[in-house]
Amino acid sequence: MTHAATRRTELRYRIGLNLRAVVGRAYPRVIGANREPSWIFFEALLPLLGIAAYVFIYKAFGEAAIAAISGGQCGRNPCSSPQEQALYLQLAYQNTNALIASVVLGGTMVAFWLNVLWSMASQLYWEKEIGNLQLYMMAPMNRMALLGGMAVGGMFMTSVRAVATLVAGVIVFGVVFQVADPLMLLAVFFVTLTALYGMGMMFASLYLLWGREAWHMSALMEEPIFFASGFYFPVGGLFRIPGWGPIVAVAGTVIPAGLGLDAMRQLTLGRTAFGGQLWIFSAEVELIILLILAVVFLVLARYALAYLEMLAKREGKLTSRHQ
Amino acid sequence: MNTYWRTFKTAAWLGWEMDSNWTEPWLFGLYSILKPVAGAFILVLMYVVFAVIGQMEDRNLFSYMYVGNSFFIFVASALFGTFEVVQSDREWYQTIRYVYISPISYYVYILGRAMSKVMVATFAVIVTLVFGVVFLGVQMEFGIGDIPAFVVSFVLGIAVLLAIGVCLGGVSFVTAKHVHGLAEGIPGIFYVFCGVLFPLSVFPDWGQAIGRAIPLTYWFDITRRLLTPASGIDTTLNAFDNTTILALLFVSSIAFFGLSLLIFKAGEYFARKAGKIDMTTSY
Repeated sequence: MTHAATRRTELRYRIGLNLRAVVGRAYPRVIGANREPSWIFFEALLPLLGIAAYVFIYKAFGEAAIAAISGGQCGRNPCSSPQEQALYLQLAYQNTNALIASVVLGGTMVAFWLNVLWSMASQLYWEKEIGNLQLYMMAPMNRMALLGGMAVGGMFMTSVRAVATLVAGVIVFGVVFQVADPLMLLAVFFVTLTALYGMGMMFASLYLLWGREAWHMSALMEEPIFFASGFYFPVGGLFRIPGWGPIVAVAGTVIPAGLGLDAMRQLTLGRTAFGGQLWIFSAEVELIILLILAVVFLVLARYALAYLEMLAKREGKLTSRHQ
Repeated sequence: MNTYWRTFKTAAWLGWEMDSNWTEPWLFGLYSILKPVAGAFILVLMYVVFAVIGQMEDRNLFSYMYVGNSFFIFVASALFGTFEVVQSDREWYQTIRYVYISPISYYVYILGRAMSKVMVATFAVIVTLVFGVVFLGVQMEFGIGDIPAFVVSFVLGIAVLLAIGVCLGGVSFVTAKHVHGLAEGIPGIFYVFCGVLFPLSVFPDWGQAIGRAIPLTYWFDITRRLLTPASGIDTTLNAFDNTTILALLFVSSIAFFGLSLLIFKAGEYFARKAGKIDMTTSY
């Protein structure tokens, strides 16, 4: 065995090579985006308007409820005393704030979910379409390093939009967050992202198999997932719908964003928000489930990538475009 | 004229094939229903959650929101269907150079390509509305006498949407692949300011002024007047009668058509000048 061949089998060399691959693949996402600053307007600021619409719905609901209470209606019955009326008014303000905060948090997670769909899951298929995939396949690094680089770059790009959404939520919409356990919140956030991007890595391989259906698959996983995972409302609300509601909610928790959002809402709004009646599990339990999901998706991604690469090579479809 | 019509027909057929032939017809049908119905269900759940914790129900507000959201499917589809053509041909299929140099009007080609999305959106809107009436108790009344006003407002509304979409297509000539930002952001402007989900009265004066300056606000308003006349919600546009709104929409569609020609030609000119007509911005 030659010296060069021996060196390539060394663990230290392989780790260094794959780390360089991660940086190399993340680089164009970070630098490319900076070279095209218009993306900040198109990808970070414009989408805030869609989130604002959901905020205004809750504002409209809140104003209607406050008007009803001010008119002497407490819930479904007339107010029995000024104290009861004051209590209902306070609750209406708190609930409206908590729901708007839920939308703002959901809006930050929407950014990551869309990035996972369109810049992770669809990416290998996209690379095949534009002719880069064969170059990646010939390169000596591990394919997971390639996907890892895409994820790191994607997270960086998306963080700008996520931060813009949070800042807009606090400054423009006056949302108040109460973070009692910041470490736990950070843990939930990063584990959720790891699980989400792990899922994206797995989809990236599957999309190579699905070919042209991939684009439509990503499009299909927008609104239905926003709904099933409770991006714009506490997902526990689904359990209030008899029959199909709990089924949809359980199915939605397969997407890590659903559980992650539920935990983050508990940690930023307080566990007693919404009367404590709209949470699925406690934040601790949800963190454990998210950890399991993260490991499962990363392992599945590894196997799916190897299998699909083999299948694509065997069927000769690795470089054929528009299929 | 004959060339325009032929271009439109062929582009519409191409758009339909591109949208639908990736799968079996039944799956395509399901796909076309699932997305908009899920979008409507987000609103349903927002309403349910508020009704549960706020112990408040307002069926009129729910119907207002549901009908507005159903018709918003047209906004998202028609806008995306038009401006996406430039970027998908340029970045994805990389065919823009061949189509662009062919002896056709690229403007008409874009309109043709958008048609299939408008057709699918029509199907989705009907499904969403029927679902709302049958399963969610959405209150709708639609008389035979309202059909002419509805048809005219519908045609004018779609015309305005397509013109706005072509304006964005013109801008897309000189921007990187911002399809998703545009697809979320521009409809987002209309979602917020056109009284789609909540009456304009929720806004401060400046927000109401923006809403009243956008023709789609009037389209949503007249559509709701014709479909849910008994809602009794103050939209701040009650001073306008149906005929005035139709006249406003007619003038707007002409104005936006002119604007779309202007922006499209300007985008084309600057893209050619900068050599960006067939650029790819993949990262």
